[in-house]
Amino acid sequence: MQFDIQLKDTPLDFEACTRRVMQPDSGGIDVFIGTVRNATRGRAVLRLEFEAYEGMALREMQKIAESAAAQWPLHALVVHHRTGVLLPGEIAVVIAVSAAHRDAAFTACRYLIDTLKQTVPIWKKEVFEDGEVWVAAHP
Amino acid sequence: MTITVLAFGITRDICGQRRFTLDLPEKTSSDALLAILQEKYPPLRQLSSLLVAVNESYAEPGHVLADGDEVALIPPVSGG
Repeated sequence: MQFDIQLKDTPLDFEACTRRVMQPDSGGIDVFIGTVRNATRGRAVLRLEFEAYEGMALREMQKIAESAAAQWPLHALVVHHRTGVLLPGEIAVVIAVSAAHRDAAFTACRYLIDTLKQTVPIWKKEVFEDGEVWVAAHP
Repeated sequence: MTITVLAFGITRDICGQRRFTLDLPEKTSSDALLAILQEKYPPLRQLSSLLVAVNESYAEPGHVLADGDEVALIPPVSGG
């Protein structure tokens, strides 16, 4: 199976990602769209700034995709992640998977986003009106 | 030997630069390199975690560095 894995500095197109995984033998499509929230713990977020270690991020995303494909009978898999400056409401990540049946699609999609958040070298800085913070950097 | 250090996210702010080179004794381990950097930049010690990648792969503890390696500082990731 071929994976479509990309880091992009332009807006993500979840409809294109979804179409990319739809195929006649797939009865279940799962799409996860991660967007920029407008607040964190009551503080208004002005923007997020995403930074990636590009070569390694692509390699780690590829590893996660391979791991998912080894665990569940998937038909197609797309992972697109943004870099650069994003405003509230904009899309930071799109994950789309297809399978014959929904169980595999749901489970694999969940695994992909959860593992991406743990291992892929991408960082985001939250910018507030009165300061900024690298997410999760400190205990 | 000479290695290149890449500092991402908060580690770039702490080190004040995104990319720099270091001359190290032969067979320095990735842990020893971290100790050197934490000595030079103490705020690195305050991070929730700090991993090292060598040539775009996470390094196991005790990984021995080689001349020309690209070593990345990986503070807690926060993609998605």
